[in-house]
Amino acid sequence: MNTHEKNLGQLAAPDIDSIPDLLAQAGIPTQELPDLKGSARCFLIDAGLWGSVAAMMAKNSMRWCAVWGEHCLPEIYVTAAFAARNGHLLFRAIVADDQGELPSQTPFFPAANRPERYLQEMFGIRFTNHPDPRRWMRHQAWNENQYPLRKDFPRAGTPLEETPPDSDYPFIPAEGQGVYEIPVGPVHAGIIESGHFRFQAMGEDILSLEEHLGYVHKGIEKCAEGRDVEGLARLAARVSGDSTVGHAWAACQACEYAVGITIPQRALVIRAILAESERIANHLGDIGACCNDVGFTFAQIQFSRLRELWQRQNAAVFGHRLLMDVVVPGGVSRDILAAQESLLRKGIETLHRELETLLPLLYENPSLQDRLRTTGVLSPAKARERGVLGYIARASGESWDLRRDAPYTPYQRKAITVPCYTEGDCRRRVQVRGDEILVSLNLLVTLLSDLPSGEVVKTLPPVTRDCSGVGFIEGWRGEIIVYVHLEAGGRVARYFPRDPSWLNWPGLEEMIGGVIVPDFPVCNKSVNGSYSGHDL
Amino acid sequence: MNGWLFAIVQTLCVVFFAPFMAGLVKWMKCKLQNRQGPPPWQPYRNLLKLSRKQVVLADTASFVFRIAPYVVFSVTIVAVSVVPVISVQLPTAALADVIVLVGFLSLARFFLSLAGMDVGTSFGGMGSSREVTISSLAEPALLMAFFTLAMNASSTNVSTVIAHLSQGSLILYPSLIFSSLGLILVAIAETGRIPIDNPATHLELTMIHEAMILEYSGRHLALMEWAAMLKLTLYSLLIVNLIVPLGVALTLRPGDLLLGAVSVSCKLLLLALFLAVVETAQAKMRLFRAPQYLGLAFILSLLGMMSHIILEVR
Repeated sequence: MNTHEKNLGQLAAPDIDSIPDLLAQAGIPTQELPDLKGSARCFLIDAGLWGSVAAMMAKNSMRWCAVWGEHCLPEIYVTAAFAARNGHLLFRAIVADDQGELPSQTPFFPAANRPERYLQEMFGIRFTNHPDPRRWMRHQAWNENQYPLRKDFPRAGTPLEETPPDSDYPFIPAEGQGVYEIPVGPVHAGIIESGHFRFQAMGEDILSLEEHLGYVHKGIEKCAEGRDVEGLARLAARVSGDSTVGHAWAACQACEYAVGITIPQRALVIRAILAESERIANHLGDIGACCNDVGFTFAQIQFSRLRELWQRQNAAVFGHRLLMDVVVPGGVSRDILAAQESLLRKGIETLHRELETLLPLLYENPSLQDRLRTTGVLSPAKARERGVLGYIARASGESWDLRRDAPYTPYQRKAITVPCYTEGDCRRRVQVRGDEILVSLNLLVTLLSDLPSGEVVKTLPPVTRDCSGVGFIEGWRGEIIVYVHLEAGGRVARYFPRDPSWLNWPGLEEMIGGVIVPDFPVCNKSVNGSYSGHDL
Repeated sequence: MNGWLFAIVQTLCVVFFAPFMAGLVKWMKCKLQNRQGPPPWQPYRNLLKLSRKQVVLADTASFVFRIAPYVVFSVTIVAVSVVPVISVQLPTAALADVIVLVGFLSLARFFLSLAGMDVGTSFGGMGSSREVTISSLAEPALLMAFFTLAMNASSTNVSTVIAHLSQGSLILYPSLIFSSLGLILVAIAETGRIPIDNPATHLELTMIHEAMILEYSGRHLALMEWAAMLKLTLYSLLIVNLIVPLGVALTLRPGDLLLGAVSVSCKLLLLALFLAVVETAQAKMRLFRAPQYLGLAFILSLLGMMSHIILEVR
């Protein structure tokens, strides 16, 4: 079995502590920034070296994670995050807000393509030598020369009476005899979010797929400005409804780092219990949905049932089916009492027993496996190049998992098994989910057993000066990165959540070439990117 | 009893009970999957609801799009009228033999696929292209199965074939087994069931039959759906009466007719159960597997024909 082998798929990147030396060797002058709090190390670099840093990172097999900006009049701070073998590294460059320019990192990391275009539209920073000049998030709701995340852009926006239709996005056409386009969405037949897919197909064979997202852009980052930390946590819980715990925890972690408070151990363990519960619920739903997309209704119904039971248990134990607003700044809003603990333990046992029957049934059903095997292959090389995260990466030979590789409390000293396969097809993406559920169930038992006693929430001290922090949490889709900047007085000056979907959506495009049209839905479901988490 | 009157009443009965057959399969499927499920008569409610709704036509729709539901529905009814249900004493069967029956079904399909392409959406065109691909492979297999049965009875008249089979001794002919299997495989493909098509899906990209009727609404959609249910019932009747002709009345005597009605209901019930079990245990096939599946159907039918010629011709 090539799964669960130790270290399979771990990054070949160097240790985080060797990075300053490597930078010095490469002749990149850096200055460590202590005021960006968190587990990551942060360096200030010259804007002109933005590209060279990326080149050096690429050479050392580091992974590109995120880029975000912040308007601090009259400058824009741009921060990029990279992952080393055991932690994160942040680089910050400062550019002027009038005609600011940065060398693009996309030539070295294709994953940076859309985030940089997003930054360009939101702040008006120009990325030189960016390979793709097209707009990304801005449809027609605001003008080309308006930059919503700048301080001078009103929080209410400048809505037009009627938003003009967005019909001129220049998709990359395919040419040749018999080639045709299939536009799908943004409104879909199922009850799912909005996004547009443009296929270039020949007969039933897909030549290429291009996504056009941004239809559910809500201006979450702008909404966050001026909120207090409690309000921010509530907002973060709604960045993507299915990963409410992941996003809320990451936002709270960033705030807690920023103000420098250590929260009670019990609260951290409860947060981990919440996060694992969320992972289990979503994976259950996804396995069923993947089966439904290939017409295997039996499994869909069974897994929907399990998910429903799990969510009812969530409601009974934590007071909310989707676990919203349980994670609050300073801890959690609900304690686990003895009665609830036994309920949870019983639920874990039941689910474990049911899965022992159901999962092998899926893995061995020939008609289901025939559909899933070799469908939508994302090769390990492509997965690494795109920097995909979570279960998609783990099905394609990249096993990065924050809980194991850069653990935060309470995951330190816990043995986390990370399933990893190399085939990268739909079958493996389903199987990784199945494996992860079982790992999480065991983890839940461990977490419940050493639940420390004590308080579950601690009041945050008043914020007396500007402070900022970066949170890193392994959500169920993968690594979530959140940047929070608090002003003196405790109001949010800037909030940026990086949902894993930013990196996973492009992975879907990569796996579609050569797939036949009727197999696209199951590939899409096996990726299950969040539209809302991406569009913000 | 007048044969013609009987034929009309019988056809009307089938038309009326077809939604129940479709609803029954769905209900059984739900029960097998531990679901509550809509009652078997839900399709009637749906048809009623649709017939009351406004018809929304695309600007690009031509007259083909508007007449297609009526053509498809009425041609399917005509096809139903030549299939013996309770009794083989069916004067309409003499008007159209199995070849014409297949022709009727093709005519309906022709209009259905034209309608799919008419509005000019990519989903409709995709559905039509898939439907035609599949039926071009299914039709030869279907005809081959029918020919084997016809050679047995030395007639292509469906009534004669059924009468011949039901009067024959209970010896199992290899040709009958092979062609029955071929017929079942074709029927599953032609009625758009799993593993070829999924009648319950909402995913446009995977649809075949549903993709062609995506643009329909109101009474047009009701007719198209009703026609699809009729087609399911038609194939079911062919299967149960050709493979197990037991109980089909050979006369028009009330006693025989009653027995025929009871036996055909039981057989349909069993077939519905069979369909529900298959659809629960199977995932939908990859689209490009369909030719292999239909190739198998053709080979089975061909084997039936050959075993008839080699083993059974005296």
